[in-house]
Amino acid sequence: MSEYIEHNAHGPSVGLVVKKTFIFDENGAGLTFDSGRTLPSVSLAYETCGTLNEDKSNAILVCHALTGDSHMAGYYAEEDPKPGWWDLMVGPGKPLDTNKYFIICSNTIGSCMGSTGPMTINPDTGQPYGTSFPVATIGDMVRCQRGLIDHLGIDTLLAVVGGSVGGMQVLEWSVRYPDRVRAALPLATTTKHSAQAIAFNEVARQAIMADPTWNQGNYYETGRPEHGLAVARMVGHITYLSDESMRQKFDRRLQDRVELSFDFEADFQVESYLRYQGNKFVDRFDANSFLYLTKAADYFNLENQYGDGSLVAAFSRASCRYLVISFTSDWLYPTYQSKNMVKAMKKNGLDVSFCEIEAPWGHDAFLLPNDRLNGLLSGFLNRVNSEIQKDT
Amino acid sequence: MRFDLQVIASWIEPGSKVLDLGCRTGSLLSYLTREKDIVGTGIEIDEDAAGQAIAKGLSVIHGDIYEELEDYPDNAFDYVILSQALMQVTNPAICIRDMLRVGKLGIVSFPNFTHYKNRLQMFFTGRAPVSKELPYEWYNTPNIRVIPITDFLHFCKNMNVPIVKEVAISTYHHDEKGRVITFLPNLFATFGIFMLGQSEA
Repeated sequence: MSEYIEHNAHGPSVGLVVKKTFIFDENGAGLTFDSGRTLPSVSLAYETCGTLNEDKSNAILVCHALTGDSHMAGYYAEEDPKPGWWDLMVGPGKPLDTNKYFIICSNTIGSCMGSTGPMTINPDTGQPYGTSFPVATIGDMVRCQRGLIDHLGIDTLLAVVGGSVGGMQVLEWSVRYPDRVRAALPLATTTKHSAQAIAFNEVARQAIMADPTWNQGNYYETGRPEHGLAVARMVGHITYLSDESMRQKFDRRLQDRVELSFDFEADFQVESYLRYQGNKFVDRFDANSFLYLTKAADYFNLENQYGDGSLVAAFSRASCRYLVISFTSDWLYPTYQSKNMVKAMKKNGLDVSFCEIEAPWGHDAFLLPNDRLNGLLSGFLNRVNSEIQKDT
Repeated sequence: MRFDLQVIASWIEPGSKVLDLGCRTGSLLSYLTREKDIVGTGIEIDEDAAGQAIAKGLSVIHGDIYEELEDYPDNAFDYVILSQALMQVTNPAICIRDMLRVGKLGIVSFPNFTHYKNRLQMFFTGRAPVSKELPYEWYNTPNIRVIPITDFLHFCKNMNVPIVKEVAISTYHHDEKGRVITFLPNLFATFGIFMLGQSEA
């Protein structure tokens, strides 16, 4: 998920939101990760908008993408320059309508945006975990979210929504906790990374680990691997765009000059843009967290985890309604990957809708203003909501 | 709703499971869901139409009829409908076989090419007929075939597909009114509508 997106500050907003923290500590045993390691307790940053209704049937969980956070909509303070990352979608009268639904977004474990991750102090040593933090999986992230949902007193979620790595969490929710999800909306996502997606993540991780200041992850006192992280972000960022969007946005235009420099300055606008995005990212994100989160995405493999290698078997656990959405120019998670999951859902007789949206903007399209996407999400959620009201 | 769709709707038992191939924006599915309490799914290749149908709250898959039909288990539906899309289907035999694999009954409707007006137009002008039902010129038509009712009956016989119900109607393309034609349907009907059953082993 990139930050080049210009957030639309106009239109109805949920207003001020507060970041809260939930401590996950299952029966006093902390959290045992899929890797087998245990932490005494982990905390999740989360935010909510809207009001939970009396029978607690209107809750929607929003799962953020790779380096996103719990701040999905609204503002922390009046003077904030921009709202949360999905303000376009979440708010009064918007597709995730806060007049109707109670919307929750939590930061994932392993992140550095308010949840327990490698930057957190290890109580045993008094030092940040660094790379001694357990490798977390999408499953671990979802288990912690389930803890939060329990804590909020919600038995069944009306829907789980998310794009990209958030979409992986949506899929995980739907097969891990089938009786707690009525609808799942995986957007621009996949049931497992392709070799190409893993390859890009590996290049990004190598950029961080090759930075001498990374120091095996022990850099919190000595200075962060800023250069490596910036390069990692540049690599990721390229995969979020498309040939067409980069051509339209930059083509081969020069940056602040009329001639080529014949040195290694940023001659082209696209170079300058990537450097800017890389540097901006360094200010808000932790390099170790980036390593952990990309690894979690690479490890995600729904068919192996739940179907012994068969996606059809994996989805045989599910019972919710699905709305699957892909974008034509998404080359990180191309449409064939969404079609594969739709096929497996159909073979299980699940209620599934699917649309491939024509959009030139690449993988990031789910974060951009798009009337088609709005219509699909609001129409689908309306239906699910009215079916639930009818049932109860 | 179009008259041909009204006829089709009248054939559907309440509470059944229906797959509508080429469902466009889902007007038949909406009607059946509302009036007959069916569980419906649509398949539509056009993004705009599929998007509008999903936004209405219908279960619709944006994709190609052949590819999408393949994925359903046998007898997943009570009815599989192919309304005014047979003209655009590359291989009708495979399509109809697959319809009758995933559904217990199939319903097919199409504009009757041998309607007398088409015949007269062809006879007197010597050109390919253009009508309200088949409103395209040879160079811009999405239809890769034209279907006379009589030929469709032969086709079903050859395929050993029993016709459970049939009706020929006269109506304009998007009209809500129409009438049933019983006299010389291959000459006087603008549309044929057929319910197909499982072939006997």
